[in-house]
Amino acid sequence: MKLNKISNLLLAAGMTLIASAAQAQSRDTIQIAGSSTVLPFSSVVAEEFGNNFAQFRTPVVGSGGSSGGLRQFCQGVGANTIDVANSSRKIRPNEVEACKANGVKEIIEVKIGYDGIVFASRVDAAVFKLEPQHVFLAQAAQVPQNGKMVANPYTRWNQIDKALPDQEILLAIPGSNHGTREVYEEKVVVPGCKTLAEVKALAKDDAGKFCTAMRTDGRVVEIAGDYTETLARLQAQKDAVGVFGLSFYEANRDRIKVATVSGVEPNLDTIISGEYPVSRPLYIYVKGAHIGVIPGLQEYALFHVSEGMSGFGSVLESAGLIPLADDERAEITQAIRQKASL
Amino acid sequence: MTIIAENPIKTVVHPSLVQQKVVASLSRRHRKEKLFRRTGLLAVLISLALVAVLFINIFSKGMPAFWQSAITLDIYFDPKIIKIPEKPQQQADESENDFRQRYLAWQTEVGFVNFNRLITDSLQKILPDATKHRRDLARVVTSGERFALRDMVVADPAIIGQTRTLHLLTDANIDVWLKGNIDRSLPDEQQQLSPKMRQWVDQLAADGVIQNRFSLALFMNPDSRSSLASAGLAGAFMGSFYMMLVVILLAVPMGVAAAIYLEEFAPRNKITDLVEVNINNLAAVPSIVFGLLGASVLIGWFNLPMSAPIVGGLVLSLMTLPTVIIATRSTLKAIPPSIRQAALGLGASKMQAIFHHVLPLAIPGILTGAILGVAQALGETAPLLLIGMKSFVASIPASPFEQASALPVQIYLWQGNELRNFFEARTSAAIIVLLMMMISLNGLAIWLRKKYEKRW
Repeated sequence: MKLNKISNLLLAAGMTLIASAAQAQSRDTIQIAGSSTVLPFSSVVAEEFGNNFAQFRTPVVGSGGSSGGLRQFCQGVGANTIDVANSSRKIRPNEVEACKANGVKEIIEVKIGYDGIVFASRVDAAVFKLEPQHVFLAQAAQVPQNGKMVANPYTRWNQIDKALPDQEILLAIPGSNHGTREVYEEKVVVPGCKTLAEVKALAKDDAGKFCTAMRTDGRVVEIAGDYTETLARLQAQKDAVGVFGLSFYEANRDRIKVATVSGVEPNLDTIISGEYPVSRPLYIYVKGAHIGVIPGLQEYALFHVSEGMSGFGSVLESAGLIPLADDERAEITQAIRQKASL
Repeated sequence: MTIIAENPIKTVVHPSLVQQKVVASLSRRHRKEKLFRRTGLLAVLISLALVAVLFINIFSKGMPAFWQSAITLDIYFDPKIIKIPEKPQQQADESENDFRQRYLAWQTEVGFVNFNRLITDSLQKILPDATKHRRDLARVVTSGERFALRDMVVADPAIIGQTRTLHLLTDANIDVWLKGNIDRSLPDEQQQLSPKMRQWVDQLAADGVIQNRFSLALFMNPDSRSSLASAGLAGAFMGSFYMMLVVILLAVPMGVAAAIYLEEFAPRNKITDLVEVNINNLAAVPSIVFGLLGASVLIGWFNLPMSAPIVGGLVLSLMTLPTVIIATRSTLKAIPPSIRQAALGLGASKMQAIFHHVLPLAIPGILTGAILGVAQALGETAPLLLIGMKSFVASIPASPFEQASALPVQIYLWQGNELRNFFEARTSAAIIVLLMMMISLNGLAIWLRKKYEKRW
């Protein structure tokens, strides 16, 4: 008897669960996924958004890297797909095509600010004054020597350049799922590679492949996780040099110190002025078809680029984001209002 | 040797050949046993030592995070700063929805008030040179506390014009500085706080204005990234709670029912053998596979929401199901057949025999299996990462369909937070909370077993 009652009760509860599952298909929470560089900024915006607008729910911010986020973004339109993809690089043409093939036709590109990429080593390690060429020579599979391409012979930094510390080469770079990796290659490795006379002589396609080919003897480690993983690598191996976002470095200045690149120290001023070469814009991509369906989506995008949220002296600036210029901000705000699609 | 000397066999006259053999091998066999016992003891000691190291490490890191520096301030709810219209009251002829809209609009308006000014004004009274360092002044109290002030006004606008003494959380970096989690001797450019701020904070701590207080925020707040000091476990806790609810409602009754059928009713043939083998296989499937299943089937086909405890609960139910089935079956097997035979002999049907006589005796065992299964599900992380629960969720879910995190995932997320000095301790504190829940669940299982256990 008693058992029957219990099982009836359980059955009823199960049925209600299933019944309410059918209801849950319309969603009122904005879903965001993507770059782990953008994640801290977007999370702050999401939280403030939820706290400032009583009528909207707090958006949910996931990670997964720029590529992962954009892939999820392009899966299609509907409540079970995400509304916003965070990306630390521009969307690629093939990704736009993939999106269109799945019915994601309106993609609103929103630039939210800039971020610097820094090379950092442990605080008790030697000081690095890097040039793009050094980084290329440290990570390349093959390097030119006496007019011939040979397997990378360098094992210590001072073999590359006498001015660099006498220290084992060990580079921790972001994995290919991260947008940071693309910027690292585009702004440091490739320019460094192209300074070499032997590379200039190569055909263009060959040069590209040659420049990004990585040595596989374990001196370059790809970190698939976030910057904490890179930091853990540095803590375990004193000689390691890691690639971080500027904001991560700022929060952990007591543990790591930055290297200068081409003689410029990375900070807010040198990145805004463009003196520091390794910086990149950060983007969020908004699904146009979801505006008006998911409550607060357009407002969220506008809030993200609002002066108070991401301008000078704002929360995001103190979190390490480099603000947009005023005219850029006006232009982007306009684009969101008009739902200007790519 | 002494064993042999004491052994009476040796003193007995004319031992036979067999006896001689036995006596000769005795010391070797005793030695072997001793060796085995010592190795066993050593293994136990080593594992205990490792557990001790783990616990000491986690507790020494995590315990300080349960107390957090808070500043005691007299906050004057200045009517010159808080200029808001009157709180809307529902009119007799107004619909529920209209009133809700009006109320939300009013709340939004209250949100536009600069509540930080209330805090900085109050700080200025105790910090003499405050006006020269406005940037630092705005950062003493963690930014999330302004919403606490707003919520006080929303709850009761009559507070405007009054003064309240409040304990507000300080910025995460102040907590780090006061706890000594950052090296105090580091030069300015490696410090997170400005020299002025450090001087203020030390002064306020010496005066007792900033004190280490038990951190309610850790238990009452959801996760936060804009105000790191107020990041808490409430959202993750509720997420885990809803998931466990789904597991208890789905996996336990289904598992028990399946086990009873298989054990008591199902015929023994090739099909039931196959089912049995597959249940055991299911128990051995790595949990991440269930996550993939959840992502593609539950979210992809059934359109269930992402990052929702309902999906996590369903996935974890699948994972727990074999555990419950196996535990229940072995409990049922252990009930002596005489109970069934006696019931059947008195004319009970098979169903009556099982439900009235066997099952009540099996309940403690079933409960133990179910609780251990739930405890295992509570700590599971991998499948949740694949169904979007790795997201940052800054709200406390009100139902299993709302986005949420889960306790083990929250540990993973905090482990990845960039402010290492603050979150290393916070992560360990979250681990302690999760461990305590596991230990109490396991304790409950042991208690139930001890209380209702019958020996045959």
